[in-house]
Amino acid sequence: MFNVTNHIKSETAVEKNNPQTPFSVAKGTPQNNPFSIEKGTPQKPYFEKKELGEFNPFEARRVLNVCNICGYCNGFCDVFDAAQRRPALTTADLAHLAYLCHGCRNCLYACQYAPPHQFNINVPRTLTQMRQYSDALHVWPSALAGALRHSARTALLLTGGAIALLLGLIWLLAPNTNASGFYRVVSLPVMIVLAVIPLSWSLLALTRSWRSYWQLTRPQTAVVTWRSLRLALQDVVLLRNLRGGGHGCNDVDERFSHLRRRLHQGLLIGVGLCFAATLTALFYHHALGWSAPYPVVSIPVLLGTSGGIGIVLTTSGLLMLKWRGDLTPTTRSAQTADRTVLLVLMTVAVSGLALLIERETAAMAILLALHLGGVSALFALLPYSKLVHVGYRMMALVIEQMERQSAHHQSVLISE
Amino acid sequence: MNPAPLVIIGGGAAALCAAIAARQRGATVLLLEQAPRWQRGGNTRHSRNLRIAHDTITPLSLGTYSAAEFRADLDRATGTASNPALRQLLVDESATLTEWLAGAGVQLQPVTEGRVPPSRRTAFLRGGGTAMINALYARAAALGVMIRYDSAVTGLQFEDGRVIRVEVGRGAGAWSVTPQGVIVCSGGAQANRNWWRERWGAAAAGVVNRGIPHADGAVLNLLLQQGAQAVGDPTQAYLVAVDARSPADDGGIVTRIRCMPRGLVVDAHGQRRYDEGGDTASTRYARWGQRLLQFPGQVGYLLLDAQGLREAPPALVPPLRAPDLAVLAQQLKIPVPALRETVAAYNAAVQPPADAAQALDWHTVGLEPPKSRYALPLRERPFAAYPMRPGITFTYHGVGVDTQLRVLRRDGSSFENVWAAGMVMAPNIFSSGYVSGLALTISCVSGRLAGEQNSHL
Ligand SMILES: Cc1cc2nc3c(=O)[nH]c(=O)nc-3n(C[C@H](O)[C@H](O)[C@H](O)COP(=O)(O)OP(=O)(O)OC[C@H]3O[C@@H](n4cnc5c(N)ncnc54)[C@H](O)[C@@H]3O)c2cc1C
Ligand code: SF4
Ligand code: SF4
Repeated sequence: MFNVTNHIKSETAVEKNNPQTPFSVAKGTPQNNPFSIEKGTPQKPYFEKKELGEFNPFEARRVLNVCNICGYCNGFCDVFDAAQRRPALTTADLAHLAYLCHGCRNCLYACQYAPPHQFNINVPRTLTQMRQYSDALHVWPSALAGALRHSARTALLLTGGAIALLLGLIWLLAPNTNASGFYRVVSLPVMIVLAVIPLSWSLLALTRSWRSYWQLTRPQTAVVTWRSLRLALQDVVLLRNLRGGGHGCNDVDERFSHLRRRLHQGLLIGVGLCFAATLTALFYHHALGWSAPYPVVSIPVLLGTSGGIGIVLTTSGLLMLKWRGDLTPTTRSAQTADRTVLLVLMTVAVSGLALLIERETAAMAILLALHLGGVSALFALLPYSKLVHVGYRMMALVIEQMERQSAHHQSVLISE
Repeated sequence: MNPAPLVIIGGGAAALCAAIAARQRGATVLLLEQAPRWQRGGNTRHSRNLRIAHDTITPLSLGTYSAAEFRADLDRATGTASNPALRQLLVDESATLTEWLAGAGVQLQPVTEGRVPPSRRTAFLRGGGTAMINALYARAAALGVMIRYDSAVTGLQFEDGRVIRVEVGRGAGAWSVTPQGVIVCSGGAQANRNWWRERWGAAAAGVVNRGIPHADGAVLNLLLQQGAQAVGDPTQAYLVAVDARSPADDGGIVTRIRCMPRGLVVDAHGQRRYDEGGDTASTRYARWGQRLLQFPGQVGYLLLDAQGLREAPPALVPPLRAPDLAVLAQQLKIPVPALRETVAAYNAAVQPPADAAQALDWHTVGLEPPKSRYALPLRERPFAAYPMRPGITFTYHGVGVDTQLRVLRRDGSSFENVWAAGMVMAPNIFSSGYVSGLALTISCVSGRLAGEQNSHL
């Protein structure tokens, strides 16, 4: 079992005991000096590949320290300059850098030390592991770190559970013949309870997690300004750090493309549209007293439909990229976590669209259970899935912008 | 039947520029790279910048650098060229290089992004040499260059001044090809331990190869055996100081030790030999590389105290540390009294300047050798040491070529269908010294020119 406190302990142990020697120092050498040149494999454990369970920030520190000397990749994204500003590479620094990295993968294929080179420098993978490590560190309550780590299982349980609960409710409660549309099957108060309970819990958990991350990574000297917030928001909208040097990410392999970036932006828009649809419907219901179902040509339905279609298209695209993608720059568990969230989103969107088409038929009750179950599971999953990255990444971008404004950093570049 | 191909030997910058230029002009091109796929790209993998002449301000440079200035820098730093016309050609052709590379898909890093120093003389590759190599391979493949990895050229058969057969590989997997022509882009001989032993004797065992392990100079030797003209200085190599704990090959750019001016450099007997503050420009790396070759066991130790360590740049391997000099000396297997005495004599000779805050102005008085700059006393514990060795970057030995990059024979005539580009012919242009970004520029420009000579093959 993944145990965060153990990891913190073992990190300090590593810091104290690690000989920090990537190459074995041979004894009894030709010139009788202690630093002979060794051919062949260097000493473990320095270059050993570690599974996530064994991952500790020492590996991220080793990797980024090499980057801090080399600096060749500083034209791809913000990570490399930010790392040079933090030569000590403490756990807090690494947690920040891990989220500043958007995983565009440019720096893996461009690295002269990428595996199988013995230096084994794989920045995207190492920072993915560091993100997973940091997520577990900040999850609230900490007892639920396992839920985050096994995100597929958690998502399956929650989604399955929520759908089953709804089906049970529908079966138990007789249809309300006085109400119209969906409310005939599930009353509005029940719907609201199913949304509000997981959502409030999640908001509480997210606040706790994000706050503890902020307390760890915020710079001591710089302050948050409106300008840094605006620029960070711009970075989110443009996904600037996913552009690589301008030629895009390595979506599936060494080739560059902007597809992943565009799909991610599209997904964001899709989710935004659905959110807007829900808000409009709430406004209609409570402020104007118009109750659902709304006609096909109405603002909530149009927004929801286009958002739903957007989510279906972009999640399928992203799933396809993940399906075909090279696993070297990431970890299997991160890949699973990404796919899990995409599948949940897709379930919600598909059931929502189906509900619109079938809302006059007998299938409506089942589709409604699927959709509402999916939505409340999605809400509950916010802090315990990949979705939690939203806040961490936003903070990392804000911090980067703050530092850029206050520090006049000159990259240290070497060449020959 | 397919036409006989133009064979390019090598897989670094020179080879790829040659392959692309020739293919763009319609040649059928076969590129033979000795390395496996993951390690393709020769020492170009490890590089970062190119030196280019430019008369106008560009996004890559905030100043101008005329061809005349480039030429003057070369003459000053590397002496006269064995082929001055070729040197001039290189300088002139460098002016169109970045545009050509960008056209081939290579990304350069504009200074306007604020992340590269506003260097007037050199342009930086975004992502470094490996990123450039990836872009060039992708372009070459898209153009239809046939690329073979794990394909070391082991023999060249000549007939009447022409190569008629290129032999690849050894043993069961060996094969051969009849070429239309051959462009040799196989780099230097800097990874060849036998070459080192012949030149340096026992000292060779103390040298590290910074680049790829494949650069054995085998093709260079094949050409020399066939009567090609030798150019350059076969006894010299470009050496820099690297961490003694670096791997034997392929440690690249990150193994360099850089902060000699901050400390003291002693040999295995605990003696200082040179003025550590004498050279603070980037030329110091090479100067120390040459010096370390003469140290006993080719090992020197850079000593720092806690203050020096705080100011030192990040290093691949942390230094050895000890609470006091005696323990440090034991770790380094240096006689304890000798090291103590060296440090004591140094501390006693340190002379603070009028403005003590100016670290640059601290110097020693009455010490031999002196330390003329940054001579701060070594007092604050703990003490630390980086063991250093000479690391070889490239050799100054190659084949003579004419201005069309045709390989010359000893009688001054040229082979009919053999060209050379990159480090294998760079000694025509310089055979001592170095200026930053020169090697890559030579490789790219000569590769492109050699490729362009082969339009109708
Ligand atoms: C650590 C380091 C950093 C450097 N940084 C810079 C820099 O910033 N700027 C700069 O200008 N220069 C730099 N240089 C020097 C520069 O990289 C090289 O000199 C230049 O790239 C050489 O290019 P090339 O194509 O001639 O040779 P290489 O890139 O070395 O290519 C030679 C190719 O030939 C292949 N080969 C060899 N023998 C055979 C054979 N028998 N059969 C088939 N193939 C063979 C090799 O596998 C290799 O692919 C650096 C060098 C090192 C080691
Ligand atoms: S080339 Fe490799 S070591 Fe250098 S900055 Fe990029 S990822 Fe880091
Ligand atoms: S994967 Fe992309 S975003 Fe992450 S550090 Fe590398 S270049 Fe930067």
